[in-house]
Amino acid sequence: MTDDEYQLSFAAPAADKLQISLAGSWRVRHALPAAAQLDTELKKHPKVRQISFDSSAMTGWDSALLTFLLRITAIATQHKLKVDQSGLPEGVQRLLQLAAAVPERKGARRDTSKAPFLARIGNRASAAAGSTSEVLAFVGEAARSLGRLFRGKAQFRASDLVLTIQQTGSQALGIVALISFLVGVILAYIGAAQLATFGATMYVADLVGIGMARAMGAMMTGIIMAGRTGAAFAAQLGTMQVNEETDALETLGISSMDFLVLPRMLALILMMPLLCIYSDLFGILGGLFVSVTTFDVGIVEYLHRTQEAVHIRHFVLGVINAAVYGVLVAIAGCYQGIKCGRSSSAVGAAATSAVVSGILLIVIATAFLTVIYNVLGI
Amino acid sequence: MPSASEAQRLQKASPPETHIEVKDLTMAYGSFVVQQDLTFTIQRGDIFIIMGDSGCGKSTLLRHMVGLKQPAKGQVLYEGKDFWAADPVARKDFMRNFGMSYQGSAMWSSMTLAENIALPLQEYTDLSAADMREIAQLKLALVGLSGFEDYYPSEISGGMMKRAGLARAMALDPDILYFDEPSAGLDPISSRLLDDLILQLCDSLGTTVVIVTHELASIFAIGNNSVFLDAEKKTMTATGDPKQLRDESSDPKIHRFLTRGEA
Repeated sequence: MTDDEYQLSFAAPAADKLQISLAGSWRVRHALPAAAQLDTELKKHPKVRQISFDSSAMTGWDSALLTFLLRITAIATQHKLKVDQSGLPEGVQRLLQLAAAVPERKGARRDTSKAPFLARIGNRASAAAGSTSEVLAFVGEAARSLGRLFRGKAQFRASDLVLTIQQTGSQALGIVALISFLVGVILAYIGAAQLATFGATMYVADLVGIGMARAMGAMMTGIIMAGRTGAAFAAQLGTMQVNEETDALETLGISSMDFLVLPRMLALILMMPLLCIYSDLFGILGGLFVSVTTFDVGIVEYLHRTQEAVHIRHFVLGVINAAVYGVLVAIAGCYQGIKCGRSSSAVGAAATSAVVSGILLIVIATAFLTVIYNVLGI
Repeated sequence: MPSASEAQRLQKASPPETHIEVKDLTMAYGSFVVQQDLTFTIQRGDIFIIMGDSGCGKSTLLRHMVGLKQPAKGQVLYEGKDFWAADPVARKDFMRNFGMSYQGSAMWSSMTLAENIALPLQEYTDLSAADMREIAQLKLALVGLSGFEDYYPSEISGGMMKRAGLARAMALDPDILYFDEPSAGLDPISSRLLDDLILQLCDSLGTTVVIVTHELASIFAIGNNSVFLDAEKKTMTATGDPKQLRDESSDPKIHRFLTRGEA
């Protein structure tokens, strides 16, 4: 196989014939051979009715030659010329036949033009409306599934529940502790700097204690769970969709809602309040650490101040928040997983949406709950 | 079936020239030996079948040949050059000449069919985007998928996906095409059409083909050389033309396999 460049030449053996001579190596290199020269040749020989080929000096070929010939054929069809392929190697002739054997299916080609602006807004809006009703249907299904659980009719494996509890609970302890401790540290630093101007550094304990117990503990745990567990739920269930595992359950008459979603939801609802209390503890420890090391507050003083400032109702409100977040994160994760498409990129998209919608729901829920607590005066 | 004569014509057309040699190959996962003492040669232009009972290591052998798994012992030679002894850069040069079609087609789901075919071209050529698109169109036309350039793999049927996989495997006009179970999951007609397509393409392009399959119809229709792997003995028990093996092999297991245990 020589590596010489391809050569192209034209000859007109008769007034109505044009012969294209192909020589050298016609292999894909840097660019595909251009066929535009044929146009100029055809202008020189306006009487040409037939194109033929001479490939006797050709040393090698691949797709480069085939695409070139298809371009030639396209130009020839435009000028209504006959193309005589007999001068081409046998393999090339057969491949050209093969390429033309299955005509393009009507309507298969994609319309790549963009829809008008208003149409796109409309499409988005109707898609959003559709997905809202889908979410509501999913939430309804989840509620019915919980109902079946309480009537003892829901079907899932206890070992699945225990495993999910382990994954969402004990395996999250490290990251929850670290982040909560640091949030406590941050709150204490920012608070102490302000309070020091009033000589009220002591009240850092109030700030950190109430802040963690009432809001930050639950919220941090919720966000960690959305990123860690919500994404995992979406990816697991999404992969099960791709592998038709959920279909296999449904055909057995087992509701994937009961079997897959319920244990995950339960695990998160059970674990979130516990993780929240755990997070509160580490947040307060973070505040204590900063106060003692940087602002000369005694350990006993700090703990005493915390005890006085933080009431049990602060903890209860935090725990209620955490339980709500647990439900939201579980629903966001499982919903994205269950409605996942059947490809690997769909699994990735499901995991991303699970995290984003989980965090969004947490923030929205916090806003609502805060207003409600305010109205109730707690 | 036109295939027997096709295969004969193919043999006539090109004088035998050793293309791939597997020498004394041992395949293992850790200390678990899958197959050992595999030695066979594949001529240029052969349609070579790797066959054997389920779990005997057919796909594993393919993975050793294309560079996905390193042999525990032995060599794979391409045109006399040792693939696994070469350094990673040189190995990439070997791999440029391979095209592989996977059992589940393995089309990248985040790319359209045209983009799937363009990726190997991007990696190994400096063609312009428009030229790559034209080659992608040609390859899709060759497998009967004209007009589906902008579809995502999830939007087409299983049979179309197999053909798209073949189009992608052919993107770089490889010297050797590897197929892992090309007809798995296809109806008999589609699977026959795919066989014919493979035969026509490779005959026209002079490609060497290595196929893992246990579809007897395919084996006899397109194969002109083969190796038989025995799961119990953990080694190959025969190599040669599958039709000849069926008619002449003295090994009862091979005979049973090639006659579906009916004779």
